[in-house]
Amino acid sequence: MTSLIGWRDQCFQILFVVAAAPLLAGWLQTVRALLQNRRSAGILQPYRDLFRLFHKETLIPEQSSWLFQFSPYVMFGAKIMAVAIVPIIANGLPLASAADVIALVGLLAVARIFQVLAAMDTGTAFGSYGAHREMLISALAEPALLAALFTASLLARSTSLVQIVHLSQIQLFSIHPSMVFAAIAFGFVLLVENARIPVDNPATHLELTMIHEAMVLEYSGRHLALLEWAAQLKLFLYMTIGFALFLPWGIAAKPSLTSLVIAAGLVLVKLFFAVVVLALIETLLAKKRLFRVPEFAITGFLFGVIGLLSHFMLGS
Amino acid sequence: MNSGDCLLWVLYASLLALLPTVLVAIPALPIRWKRSLGFLLTVAFCLLLIVVGIHALASPALHASIPGPLTDLAWQFTLDPLSGFFLLVLGSVGFAASLHAIGYFYHGSQSKLKQVLLPYPVFVTAMVWVLLAANAYTFLVAWELMALSSTFLILVEGQDQRRQQAAYLYLLIAHIGALALFVAFALLSHGDLISNGNFQRMAQSPYSPVVANAVFGLTLLGFGAKLGLLPLHAWLPEAHPAAPSPVSALMSGAMLPVAVYGLLRIDWQILPAGAGWWGPLWLGLGLSSALFAVLYSALQTDMKRLLAYSSMENMGLILIALGLSRIFAEQALWSLAALALVAGLFQVLNHAFFKSLLFLGSGSVLHATGTLEMSHLGGLIRSMPQTAFLVLIGIFALAGLPPLNGFASEWLLLQAFLLAPSLPSGMLRAILPLAAAGVVLVTAVAAFAIVKFYGIAFLGRARSAVAKQEAGIWERASMAFLALFCVLLGVFPGRVVDSLSHITALLLHGSQIAHQSALALTPISAQRASYLPGVFLLGIALSIAVVFVLVWWRFGRSLRRAPVWSCGFAADYSAQTQDSPTGFSQPLLRIFGVSLSTLRNRQGGRNTLPVQIPDPFWKGFYLPWGRVTLWIAEGISRLQHGRITSYLLYSFLTLIVLLVFFR
Amino acid sequence: MIMHSILAHSAIISPVLRILAAWMLVLSFALLAQRRLLSLIRLLAWQGVTLAVGTALVGQLTGDPVLWVSAVLTLSIKGILMPYVLHYLLRRLQVRGDVEMTLNVPSTQLLGILLVVFAFSIAAPLDGYLPAATHGMLGIALAAFLLSFLMMITRRKAISQIVGFLAMDNALFFAATSATLGMPLIVELGIALDTLIGLVVIGVFFFQIRDTFDSLDLHYLEHIREDK
Repeated sequence: MTSLIGWRDQCFQILFVVAAAPLLAGWLQTVRALLQNRRSAGILQPYRDLFRLFHKETLIPEQSSWLFQFSPYVMFGAKIMAVAIVPIIANGLPLASAADVIALVGLLAVARIFQVLAAMDTGTAFGSYGAHREMLISALAEPALLAALFTASLLARSTSLVQIVHLSQIQLFSIHPSMVFAAIAFGFVLLVENARIPVDNPATHLELTMIHEAMVLEYSGRHLALLEWAAQLKLFLYMTIGFALFLPWGIAAKPSLTSLVIAAGLVLVKLFFAVVVLALIETLLAKKRLFRVPEFAITGFLFGVIGLLSHFMLGS
Repeated sequence: MNSGDCLLWVLYASLLALLPTVLVAIPALPIRWKRSLGFLLTVAFCLLLIVVGIHALASPALHASIPGPLTDLAWQFTLDPLSGFFLLVLGSVGFAASLHAIGYFYHGSQSKLKQVLLPYPVFVTAMVWVLLAANAYTFLVAWELMALSSTFLILVEGQDQRRQQAAYLYLLIAHIGALALFVAFALLSHGDLISNGNFQRMAQSPYSPVVANAVFGLTLLGFGAKLGLLPLHAWLPEAHPAAPSPVSALMSGAMLPVAVYGLLRIDWQILPAGAGWWGPLWLGLGLSSALFAVLYSALQTDMKRLLAYSSMENMGLILIALGLSRIFAEQALWSLAALALVAGLFQVLNHAFFKSLLFLGSGSVLHATGTLEMSHLGGLIRSMPQTAFLVLIGIFALAGLPPLNGFASEWLLLQAFLLAPSLPSGMLRAILPLAAAGVVLVTAVAAFAIVKFYGIAFLGRARSAVAKQEAGIWERASMAFLALFCVLLGVFPGRVVDSLSHITALLLHGSQIAHQSALALTPISAQRASYLPGVFLLGIALSIAVVFVLVWWRFGRSLRRAPVWSCGFAADYSAQTQDSPTGFSQPLLRIFGVSLSTLRNRQGGRNTLPVQIPDPFWKGFYLPWGRVTLWIAEGISRLQHGRITSYLLYSFLTLIVLLVFFR
Repeated sequence: MIMHSILAHSAIISPVLRILAAWMLVLSFALLAQRRLLSLIRLLAWQGVTLAVGTALVGQLTGDPVLWVSAVLTLSIKGILMPYVLHYLLRRLQVRGDVEMTLNVPSTQLLGILLVVFAFSIAAPLDGYLPAATHGMLGIALAAFLLSFLMMITRRKAISQIVGFLAMDNALFFAATSATLGMPLIVELGIALDTLIGLVVIGVFFFQIRDTFDSLDLHYLEHIREDK
């Protein structure tokens, strides 16, 4: 019976996140528009975009292979699997034991490598330079992410996200200096991996500075819709991983429907504020020169490493 | 088959496996027969090795002694779980490589086939003997035989200057290593290699710390030369591309692990208690080799050179795991040591499968297109779809993507690193997680390198070389075998870890990791960490399927192929607008440009393509040593001036000196 | 009596103190990575403020009122006065733009990590002699000191070197207050005075350099060595 309830929570979490991800993107666009003194297209615009894209005809480049058509599904599927693993609104879900933080990072790498390969599959200049930029930056961001996650794992004496969230709900990790570093490193990685402003401009139309957009340039129709949705899911996922590590309050531990709903509401509240912070960052900072981006990622790695070091040096 | 005879069976079979060497010499036999019979015999032999290896993994040690040509020189052999594991690795790689070779040498001439089939079985047999040797004499003879036979194999593809240099360099470094091993064995046997040379006897006799440290250093030199540790790696990126692909696969997937075997056998079993700095030294050397190698592998433009550097990186990772295990063992944290050791051995197994898969795949590419230079390739996924798919699995395994096998060993290694807080020493405790961050960096850059490998050669559009046909059935079968096991080892990591427990028991005073269920990895406890690759695979496959069906059901209009858009630049849509291999890794070069001595490939003031990235150790390490050696040689050559009387004088003086010292 | 109050307070204050120490390290790394002169000075000011807060916290921890005086002094001198003077110099000298580096930023930062490991390993054995609340502080102070040193080595412009010098001074100050829970006021006053005088002397020196070479790039100084 408990396992059935667990699966119900699991499905609830997946559906909730998949449905709410475009909302997050819409809210982000709205806040950015407000901050930049523009009129926003409304918080529901991403839904309309997805709807429109799904109904459009889908073109594929003449010379592309099955990888190109398969990748959007892999990327979306991998994100769903990741959503199933991370404690977003409930802790200790049935699928959570399938993967710990290391496997979670591996899962995100699966999605990324498929995207990069699909970009190279088009055989265009933009596809391949988007690919090598993405690989380079993620080669520097992935260690930073893992270093941040290791710091939390060392405190919790476990790499399982369930255990980390469980312990940090009791012990308030965030006061610990090593977690401060880890949080900074995680913030860097969030900006890098989600193609946010100091690293990449999600709304750019200037080919030479694109990273993420260059890779999806040849996609259209339902493939593009899946990719856009997957990117929104990724942002949602990173923010909620951040919550799980640094602000774990409110994630439901007991399996009851009311607690789930409350937890879902709390996640939305946290996201509300996180998005405002993100929009502020994106408004206040300028996009970095491409060659400064690796420096940005390396700085994130550095913070992760200092977090690991200070865990030992300042005692736990 | 009586299990006690297992060892003898393998030894007889290893002699029988040399039959192709004789077969080739029969002029009457048609070339097709020679090829099929020759390689199929090796295939059968390798199958036997796999069976025996699996059997030996869970059995007590067996011993055999065959009287040698002189009565004192007995050939002694042992089959225990450790050699069983490496036999399994050798068997799997040998099986696939020999199958592939049937297709690879299909169009070769009679003389070329002769050149291959003469040394090839000797190479395999020599490796078997190294793994089974139980005394120093047998070990050294087999070791030298292995080095010599592989040198001839490097020269198969032609004897141009570059290949000759590669073979010579390989032989030179192998000999320096063998010399170090010889001295190490002499020290271990207290100066009497013949009567004290048995490994068991060595393990029982005590050694002073000075001798132990000397042996440790010498074996590190000897086996490190084979492993491609940092200053001694120069032969690797030269010899691998020069050799035919099945041989490269054997060298990378089986011969490098043989050196790991040597390290385990001598520095671990015979010298169990060492100084506290041994483990950290292995770890540091492994990490620096891996970092160096992975950067250079990302910069290469030749497919096999890229893979060669990547092999070096893998060996670095294995050495890191062994060093970590040693550090834990030093503090008597046996179960943690077992975890790290299992991670290292698992990595050996994975490396054998995915790296030989990739080497064989690049062999098929060479076969189909005539080049391995990535700046000429592209778009192979359309002309060779099946090869491309199999290689893709190898890419994923190497890039450490779950749920394939490369990720499982990486996961175990990182778990072992995260247990560093159990160590009492302050300094190491803090440095180990940093080393873990270094390992993650290595694997992330390795993913960069291997995506470059696949993306440039197999995806996009053909640059200049076009594949004529799909790889042959033999080649595809061998790659399919390896790819299948990349998946199986990844999905059933618990089985692998369990079957390695006898080795950890042998090397770590009977300690082993808790019993694992086949589908899961929970090395310490489920609370601490768990990884269920089966559920993982199922979850991803299910979510992809559901998404696909839903999207197809609701919005399933048929796709239309159209010319690429390319931001409106489609008019300039030529294959040359794609990234060149150098262009792909240019940003990496830019970041680490200071730490790498960068390239200036200017000829007459113009930058030329493709850019070759020279190995900095060549200029900074080898050439100075070469100059010193030449200088010494010149000094010595002054003694040679052709006058008979002076030669007589030398002999006379030698005699006098000998009489003085040994009266 | 003092020991008793330390025990009572340390449960709340020492985690905060640790975070401040961590923040100090962050600022040192930021100094290492920053290219803009103006931002360098701003980071230096932040270091001063951090030091002041740290001193005040230590004062609260030990119940020593002298440390509060010291905190106020730190804030006014290191947090406000010195950055202001530097800022003034920057405007008077009309130095603009980026700092030239002798080594690229990623390599410098990786070197920085090695320095931190080194500093921690040197300072770790000394923790046994210090009160529990300050464990690890000495390592951070040493690391910050070495990082500032590294910053001075990798920069070419005179102003960034003086920033590095002042950051070094901050690190020493941090070692003195946090690691040993405060030092005598008189010593502190002496050091502060020394630094100020140093700053004035260097400021005068800047003008001299600029008048002679029309630039503040220090590599021009290489030309005035004695020819052999």
